[in-house]
Amino acid sequence: MNNRPAPELADLRTRIERLEQTGRPDCGVLPFGVGPLDAALPQGGLARGALHEVAGGGDGAVDGAVAALFVAGIAARLPGQILWCVTRPDLFAPALQQAGLDPGRVLYVEAGDEKSLLACFEEGLRHGGIGAVVGEVARLSMTASRRLQLAAETSGVMGLAVRRWRRATDAADFGQPTAATTRWRVSPQPSSPLPAPGVGRPRWFVELIRCRAGDCADFTLEACDEKGRLALPAQLADRPAVSAPRRRRAAA
Amino acid sequence: MAASQAQALVPGLQVHDADAAGDAAALDRLAHWAQRHYAPVCAADGPDGLAIEATGAAHLKGGEAGFLADLEARLAAAGIRARAVMAPTYGTAHAVARFAPDLSIVAEGGIGRTIGDLPLAALRLPDALLPALSRLGFQTILDLERQPRGPLTLRFGPDLGRRLDQAYGRSFEPITPVIDQTLPRAERLFADPIGAPETLARYVAELVTDLCLALERDGLGARRLDLHCQRVDHRLETVRVATARPLRDRRRLTRLLCDRIETIAPGFGIERMTLVASIVDPLDWRAAPSGLGEAEAPDVSGLIDVLANRIGRDRLYRLTAVESDVPERSVRRTAPLAPDSATAPGSTATWASDWPRPARLFRPPEPVQTLALLPDNPPTHFTWRGVRRRIRRADGPERIHGEWARSDAELWAVRDYFQVEDEAGERFWLFRAGDGEDARTGPQTWFIHGKFG
Repeated sequence: MNNRPAPELADLRTRIERLEQTGRPDCGVLPFGVGPLDAALPQGGLARGALHEVAGGGDGAVDGAVAALFVAGIAARLPGQILWCVTRPDLFAPALQQAGLDPGRVLYVEAGDEKSLLACFEEGLRHGGIGAVVGEVARLSMTASRRLQLAAETSGVMGLAVRRWRRATDAADFGQPTAATTRWRVSPQPSSPLPAPGVGRPRWFVELIRCRAGDCADFTLEACDEKGRLALPAQLADRPAVSAPRRRRAAA
Repeated sequence: MAASQAQALVPGLQVHDADAAGDAAALDRLAHWAQRHYAPVCAADGPDGLAIEATGAAHLKGGEAGFLADLEARLAAAGIRARAVMAPTYGTAHAVARFAPDLSIVAEGGIGRTIGDLPLAALRLPDALLPALSRLGFQTILDLERQPRGPLTLRFGPDLGRRLDQAYGRSFEPITPVIDQTLPRAERLFADPIGAPETLARYVAELVTDLCLALERDGLGARRLDLHCQRVDHRLETVRVATARPLRDRRRLTRLLCDRIETIAPGFGIERMTLVASIVDPLDWRAAPSGLGEAEAPDVSGLIDVLANRIGRDRLYRLTAVESDVPERSVRRTAPLAPDSATAPGSTATWASDWPRPARLFRPPEPVQTLALLPDNPPTHFTWRGVRRRIRRADGPERIHGEWARSDAELWAVRDYFQVEDEAGERFWLFRAGDGEDARTGPQTWFIHGKFG
């Protein structure tokens, strides 16, 4: 079967996109710089004026450590100040610096409860003069996420919701629909063994669970380096030549 | 005691005339000071007291107890011995501060129990009434409270009943705040009381416009605004907002105040609104960026003001490095607009970038059960929160010594940190309190201190 989209279809797509974009500034995207990851996202990167949800898998749903670093890596590659809203102040700033997020760029907001956290989150998105707003929330209803998404669309600021629950059983909440543009789940994976004793660069299993105008996908990636960049694991990037032709056909 | 008698008892006694006017002026200055530091509604109370309306202000000093402790400590530092009491009503606070030496906070429902046993002098009655009452056998406030009100009022006038009601919280007593006439202010009086939030917002905007004109004339910017709304029943509703930088932007100041309108209870209506810039700083005109060089960094002080007034100034912060190897001490909170300590001269504190640091730090560290070879092998497994995890890979130890310069107890203390990865790939930061050999360095037990991403 010929997978190449017909020119009429492409034309239709751009027209629909233009209809959807009416009245909104096009804020562009932030590419990850990792080929397969950017290819899975509609415009070749993470949309700027939009809300994105990230949760950790397994225990990460409660401690949110992996999700926080994933988000810090994204925020590190955006210019400007970052507003980071939390209810539980257990984030360790040196780790964010190691993910490329300079401490002088982060402004922390310690909200008393989820409600005021969402209010601060929205306020930050509406302000428009900052790079991104990160909010560590447990419950994110359709209404709340819609407000955040609209605020992000008007100002062009990227909203990053780190979903983090009190108990592991509450994480079933992640199945509920929200208005976020993309939804990610990031879980740790065993790192590749080193020739000497020790631990290597952390490896993440990154699932793109939901993506507006795009398909679901999952990736195995090396964690953020000191500039906040993800990378493909060495054996995937330089895979044996046997599998290469098949892959090319599938992508054509 | 006559002055001559006192001089006979104490040699070298110095005698000064009482200076009632001077005392009152000093007390007034103290009230102004309290207004700057604690709450917008403060007043001098009689010859020897200070009344502060702490509603909505106590949480800024760490709750009611913290508020009182802070107040007493600051006064003591200025050489003033004072007793501070928090109570639901002005009358109760006045009485307890002077006549109940072992009580400092009176709960909402505890007024009756507290002031019943106090003497009648605690009621702020006219001096002439007290001997007459004691001649009739009234000793405590409870004695009066138990009497039928009618005959008392007939004989002693309406003052007695009013003071009793005020002390028990049955009738409201306003505190008339001190007003610093030197501060820029704007005022509106209403012939018909207003109460609708939209109306309030409109007049807030007008007041801010007036105030900004006054500020502009003097070349000042507001750091803090107090909006007093006087209701028809003489209650005072107050809103206080603060800004991170001196400000006289009409739109932003209006926005800050209008965010808080919902906290104003208009009751039967508001008849007077006063807006005072209670802290002002010089604010001069600034040249706009020419646009030739790099674009100016966007100003976030507006966002900081809005958030700080919503959730509290101390809940908005940046984290900067402290020169300390102990992880929990290596981070310090600084004000959101403080100059970056990393770039400030004289400070070289940074975090080590080549040692692994976890994304989440547990405060305090949680104990874990482990099995590890001594002295410096990583554990082979550990049990944390009831889950046993086998360790596949580990890195360490990173030895962190106690800070002997800080306390003697840390002279020998050692922590050996390990970064470990379990079978699922999750990474944890474990440490052993001790070097594995010497008992002086710690109890050799294991803790988990953080989780990596």
